[in-house]
Amino acid sequence: MELLLKNGFVFDPINEINGERMDIAIRNGKIVESVSESKAKKIDVTGLTVMPGGVDIHTHIAGGEVNTGRLLRPEDHVKDVVRKTAITRSGVGYSIPSTFTTGYRYSRMGYTTVMNPSMAPLGAKHTHEELNDIPMLDKATFPLIGDWWFVLENLRKGDLEGCARHVAWMMNTTKGYAIKIVNPGGLESWGFGRNVHSIDDQVPNFGITPREIVQGLAKVNKMLNLPHTIHLHTNNLGLPGNYATTLDTMKALENMSTDGKPVCHITHLQFSSFGGEDWGTMKSAAEEISNYINNHSHMTFDMGQVIFTDTTTMTADGPFEFTLYQLSGHKWVNSDVETETSGGIIPFHYKKKNAVNAIQWSTALELALLIKDPWKMFMTTDHPNGGPFMSYPKIIAWLTSRKARMALLKKCHKKAQKKSLLPTIKRELSLYELAIVTRAGQAKSLGLTSKGHLGLGADADVSVYNLNPETTDIAQNPKIVRRAFADAAYTIKDGNVLVQNGKIVQTVSGKTMWLDVNTTEQLEVDDDMKSRFKEYWTVEYDNYPVYDHYVKVSDPIIIKADV
Amino acid sequence: MTVVKSEVVKSVTCPVCGCLCDDIELTIEEGKVTEVRNGCAMCESKFLNYISEHRVKTPLIRKDGKMVPVSYKEAIHKSAEILANANYPILYGWSSTDCEAQRVGVELAEEIGGVLDNTAVVCHGPSILGVQEAGIPTSTLGQIRHRADVIVYWGCDPWSAHPRHLERYTAFTDGRFEDSEWMSYINKVKASVGKKKFAAVKKRSLKCETEPEAISDNKPPETLNKEGRKLIVVDVRESMTGKVADYFVQVKPNKDFEILQAIRALVKDEDLDVEEVGGVPVEYLKEVVDTLINCQFGVIFFGMGLTQSAGKFRNIEIAISLVRDLNARTKFVIMPMRGHFNVTGANTVFTWQSGYPYAIDFSLGYPQYNPGETSVVDILLRKESDASLIIASDPASNFPKKAIEHMTKTPLIVIDPHMNVTSMVGDVVFPSTIVGLEKAGTAYRMDHVPLPLKKVVEPPEGLLSDEEILTRILEEVRVIKSQRMKGAN
Repeated sequence: MELLLKNGFVFDPINEINGERMDIAIRNGKIVESVSESKAKKIDVTGLTVMPGGVDIHTHIAGGEVNTGRLLRPEDHVKDVVRKTAITRSGVGYSIPSTFTTGYRYSRMGYTTVMNPSMAPLGAKHTHEELNDIPMLDKATFPLIGDWWFVLENLRKGDLEGCARHVAWMMNTTKGYAIKIVNPGGLESWGFGRNVHSIDDQVPNFGITPREIVQGLAKVNKMLNLPHTIHLHTNNLGLPGNYATTLDTMKALENMSTDGKPVCHITHLQFSSFGGEDWGTMKSAAEEISNYINNHSHMTFDMGQVIFTDTTTMTADGPFEFTLYQLSGHKWVNSDVETETSGGIIPFHYKKKNAVNAIQWSTALELALLIKDPWKMFMTTDHPNGGPFMSYPKIIAWLTSRKARMALLKKCHKKAQKKSLLPTIKRELSLYELAIVTRAGQAKSLGLTSKGHLGLGADADVSVYNLNPETTDIAQNPKIVRRAFADAAYTIKDGNVLVQNGKIVQTVSGKTMWLDVNTTEQLEVDDDMKSRFKEYWTVEYDNYPVYDHYVKVSDPIIIKADV
Repeated sequence: MTVVKSEVVKSVTCPVCGCLCDDIELTIEEGKVTEVRNGCAMCESKFLNYISEHRVKTPLIRKDGKMVPVSYKEAIHKSAEILANANYPILYGWSSTDCEAQRVGVELAEEIGGVLDNTAVVCHGPSILGVQEAGIPTSTLGQIRHRADVIVYWGCDPWSAHPRHLERYTAFTDGRFEDSEWMSYINKVKASVGKKKFAAVKKRSLKCETEPEAISDNKPPETLNKEGRKLIVVDVRESMTGKVADYFVQVKPNKDFEILQAIRALVKDEDLDVEEVGGVPVEYLKEVVDTLINCQFGVIFFGMGLTQSAGKFRNIEIAISLVRDLNARTKFVIMPMRGHFNVTGANTVFTWQSGYPYAIDFSLGYPQYNPGETSVVDILLRKESDASLIIASDPASNFPKKAIEHMTKTPLIVIDPHMNVTSMVGDVVFPSTIVGLEKAGTAYRMDHVPLPLKKVVEPPEGLLSDEEILTRILEEVRVIKSQRMKGAN
């Protein structure tokens, strides 16, 4: 099967192609040098923008937590229903779309790869079953192991190698892709209703600090040669003044990078960049945080943009959701998982006229614009925490057009307007930079070598947008930009045209990528786990793993570890 | 001497109740289960008695009032015709089959524009409504095993209905931070037996006329200062679980809501100017509340005694609100005691595919949800449905009579491993394999932990699984519909 995209404006930052007019040739699902003009199916994309398929590094779309959110909120579904068609399944949308709808909607925006960043290992089968039901996309999922008892115990003993082997066991057993750490130490403390408040607080009963957990797992990540870095949700997230904790965390990891490569990804940075002392004095700390980031290169980040709408917050950070519950009194879900992690859900309506919400909105944009290097900071809403992923076209407009963001800032709470740095920021992202923050940078940070670019041999995941960079000044026309990125002209996945003019024309399953990490002494770790299993969990060792049949289209990536 | 070949299969998940114990060991001899280890009585009877004489081996179709054995092909075609021709069919049951079959069920319901509902509608449906009102602070069962020092069972009797709940997950198990209270239970039983003996001896030797002191006298034991886990049971009668509890609170029927509100007030340090609430002295409630507040980690498990008594989902909402309040003072969680082994799975699968856990109406081409309107009992009572598919449940034995009357007046398809009351009145009856015994699959425990179900023995020859039957009906429905489209053109 051959396909030729003719004469588009191509933005492929990994290969340093910046808006050149060129053809993209596809054979058997891969990008190739050329195809036969006469045989190949040709699509004329003259005057359109061509990018690699979109990559989302952080979006909660599957698993126990997400599904409890769906169950919790019929009022969220009823305003956004999706009809069955001849080729697509029905469902519901808005902040926590049903599985099929999730896949269709991402695909419509030109996305082809997404990362589900939060999976309780005990519920891993559930997450994978849902991923199987999310069509159109390649997917991967990150097990939550920052508070897993085996990690805490091994790091406490100072046994890094033992810790690494157990983490490898967990990665293989749950078919995960990266180490996810949420409020390190805080989740174990939450088991008895407590929390940690700085990176040097002791975790009750375990004699370890968040600093030791993060540093330890960053080292473990390296020993295992995992493609992505540790993926971190910082301590004190969502609390005024927490930027100091975020700076401490970043400093704690400064010396970890020996080869100039990033060692950690701090996710939804906006939620970790609050200044002030309480909710009354809460302000943006984007300046302090971005200053630090501009002078260091051992980390990557994503935005966690807030959208002014009704959404559903959900995170493994149980104590943070409890704080939100105390603030809002809204319906509250808490879901602790034995020996591993916790979780919580609160519906949340971000309002322009609420000073804190408006400051949050501004902070995320300030961060994205003040951090000079687009390869460090990616576009997300931490779906659905900051807002639904369907809002991405709005964020694209704000990032690329000062006019667009200033128009919205004028409607915000006075206090937020006064405190905002946005009026002082002139920067507008180019389409080249946009391609970095929405696909190339994300793929690179994730270590997905065949995604996020259109070089030879790359996966033929391509998105084409109805946007002519020669004739449209994107900074002056945010509405056109929004429309273009909401409904892709074409979404092509593995060489198949899935979307045409914003309509689904073909459905595919998409793969689930996972790491098969090979360590020495794997059998000893298995035996160790087997012998201690009953002490830790309420299920049997044999019933814990995600067996192969739980993954519909499996794409294992073999990793040779150093331990 | 002949040697009987026997094999032991370990870590089998028990497909009976919501506990989903996965440590069952089965001995298989000549393709049959001959011994069950670790299981409770319900588990044993499921694994040992599955080959009953009531088991049919071929599908049946009602012809001229008589049930006639037919091939799967014929029965599948007949069912597909019924469903494809129906205007507003209902698809009900689902809680005792695997998630794999449930997934196909959603697709089938969507394809025929039917109403999908599961047994939660007559069981823990109110719990779901309560959760949708107030949320739910909860955890997995292991968290309770490791940490809980106060365990409350409200309106449920795990001793009888979830027999291994106490020993695997709560009061009688050892966790990292809490020890088993099994010994304290034994001591209590010994003490009560001793007391009884002493009273009998006393009566005989002293020949006293008066009756000896009653043993079970509702007077609480002195447990306020007891160390270790504390077990509290709230029920309308002293259940088996109530007998071993540290506190037993006997509530007057249908007075749960009042008691929950009274406890909430006490938790918030408000005074009650009554002596008694719902048949319980306030003084006693105060002691219970002290225990709740002073724990490290508490949990409330609730059953049908709370969901199906007066107040229904308001009881659950208020119980959840109590737990929300308690979290201001300490750590507390709450969990419904789900009955069928995979009722949680049905709600889970339905929710990820459609957004809603039960009572889902696909008649407009997209999922709609409004229990009371789109729930099958109400649809049947309004006589709106015109065909039914019942799978892995027996509504004819527990639905209101009027509802069943309507169900039997319209074409009725039944899929179940065994003949039951519903299949007796069915028009097409499919025997199927037993999930978790003759077919592998997945089920969700009451705390939403997914567990694999094993296939340990071969099913009777030629028997299809729920999943296969549904898949083939779905395919056949699509064939019929596409033929009809062609015919129309």
